Amino acid sequence: MSVAAAFFYLFAGVLVASAFMVIASRNPVHSVLFLILCFVNAAGLFILIGAEFLGLILVVVYVGAVAVLFLFVVMMLDVDFVELRQGFLQYLPIGVLVGLVFLAELVLVVGSWASSATLATAPAVTQAVSGLTNTQQLGRVLYTEYVYFFQAAGMVLLVAMIGAIVLTLRHKPNVKRQDISAQVARTPKDGMDVVKVRPGQGI
Amino acid sequence: MTWQDTFLKVAIIVGQSLALLVALLVFIAYILLADRKIWAAVQLRRGPNVVGPFGLFQSFADLLKFVLKEPVIPSGANKALFLLAPLVTCVLALAAWVAVPIADGWVIADLNVGILYIFAISSLGVYGIIMAGWASNSKYPFLAALRSAAQMVSYEVSIGFVIITVLMCAGSQNLSKIVEAQDGPLGLLNWYFLPLLPMFVIFFVSALAETNRPPFDLVEAESELVAGFMTEYGSTPYLLFMLGEYVAIMTMCAMGTILFLGGWLSPLPFAPFTWVPGLVWFVLKLCFMFFLFAMAKAMVPRYRYDQLMRLGWKVFLPISLVAVVVVASVLHFTGTAPQ
Repeated sequence: MSVAAAFFYLFAGVLVASAFMVIASRNPVHSVLFLILCFVNAAGLFILIGAEFLGLILVVVYVGAVAVLFLFVVMMLDVDFVELRQGFLQYLPIGVLVGLVFLAELVLVVGSWASSATLATAPAVTQAVSGLTNTQQLGRVLYTEYVYFFQAAGMVLLVAMIGAIVLTLRHKPNVKRQDISAQVARTPKDGMDVVKVRPGQGI
Repeated sequence: MTWQDTFLKVAIIVGQSLALLVALLVFIAYILLADRKIWAAVQLRRGPNVVGPFGLFQSFADLLKFVLKEPVIPSGANKALFLLAPLVTCVLALAAWVAVPIADGWVIADLNVGILYIFAISSLGVYGIIMAGWASNSKYPFLAALRSAAQMVSYEVSIGFVIITVLMCAGSQNLSKIVEAQDGPLGLLNWYFLPLLPMFVIFFVSALAETNRPPFDLVEAESELVAGFMTEYGSTPYLLFMLGEYVAIMTMCAMGTILFLGGWLSPLPFAPFTWVPGLVWFVLKLCFMFFLFAMAKAMVPRYRYDQLMRLGWKVFLPISLVAVVVVASVLHFTGTAPQ
């Protein structure tokens, strides 16, 4: 068994185990932490198949930013998860249905992939021939062939971001806010008054 | 490849890693002392001067003191996460050094995406702090964890854009290639700190915020939050936090050295200076970067939290976004973009 295979089984094993723990652990914060372990192991698998850029982007975006905010929310929310679990049987049929559909789709994808010989070997061949790192390859495809889709995806994200800000931004009228430009524009003349006080007279 | 070859390869990697680890930890012991000495000198104090000549063994005495103390775990704490948090901080900080080229070819893993790896690993550093804050089951650590998560996520964004401008100039994500791209007949005038000076400034300030160094140490602001996320920690776990913090600072210094100060390159590219090994130049530049960190700590008062957030999102983010566009345009229209 090669070193790569040993690492594959290590990453895959930890990935599956932590994915199970995400849904099995009682404490929601533990669930999120297991989800993060999941992401990191998935990144390890990406790196093993030579997609190091994707793997590290997964770590930067999902583990470094998205999961932090997720963890944040779970820590702040005071949700009684024991109570949530009581409706478990009620949701079971829908859950099983979604799971079955997903499983069927996976079987179809993997089945078609395994049966066609060209698809299965294509990525490895192109990388070997072109001699480019996968960052360069991704960049070439993303910014040439798919540039409009890329821009459209960016627009969708921008709209979502603006929507979230509009929904949550509230200007309370009675809250004092710092006005940086007014603060910087202030001179000693505006803020200070030098008064000559004569002894015994006061102001 | 037979299993002996594999074993030999693994043994070499382990040996290199151990050598780097020991060298790095000893270096950090003296960096810690230097930090305290510089701080003291600015405040006209002597600093640590009792243990050994000029206090040279102070850090080792501190190490012994921390290790020999009893670790106290609060009864309300989540025990597993409480102990895992300092380990995560320390191990992640050390793991970043695997991709740092300390001299020409002296790197344990010469990754194609080296800069991205360091960026990813340093962005994970926030987990140690959040886990510590939550697992302590105490109010001050929790508030500190919330602050730090917001702060570190904010400043990562501007660091990311700064890195992108450097990558566009160098045309590679490989750290060794970034250093080689700064090599030229003009010596230190070829390094990226000169053409990308505003980016260097933004990188430096963001690095201070990213590592929770003063003036951005709101995470452990003692006047508001006791000791921040470290309030409930003592002995070895506390030591691991401190160690992780200083290793992360050294990583940021190394990143600044590699991206802007030409890594192991000699500042003057002629005879007597090029004889000096690259490692020496690298360490000197690392010390210079750390001196800037230490001086910022000694001289600048602490930021207020809303000002910190404003600086990150309303000042640095727009400037670095515009800088990416400007640098890309200049490289494209002057035809100086690397192929």
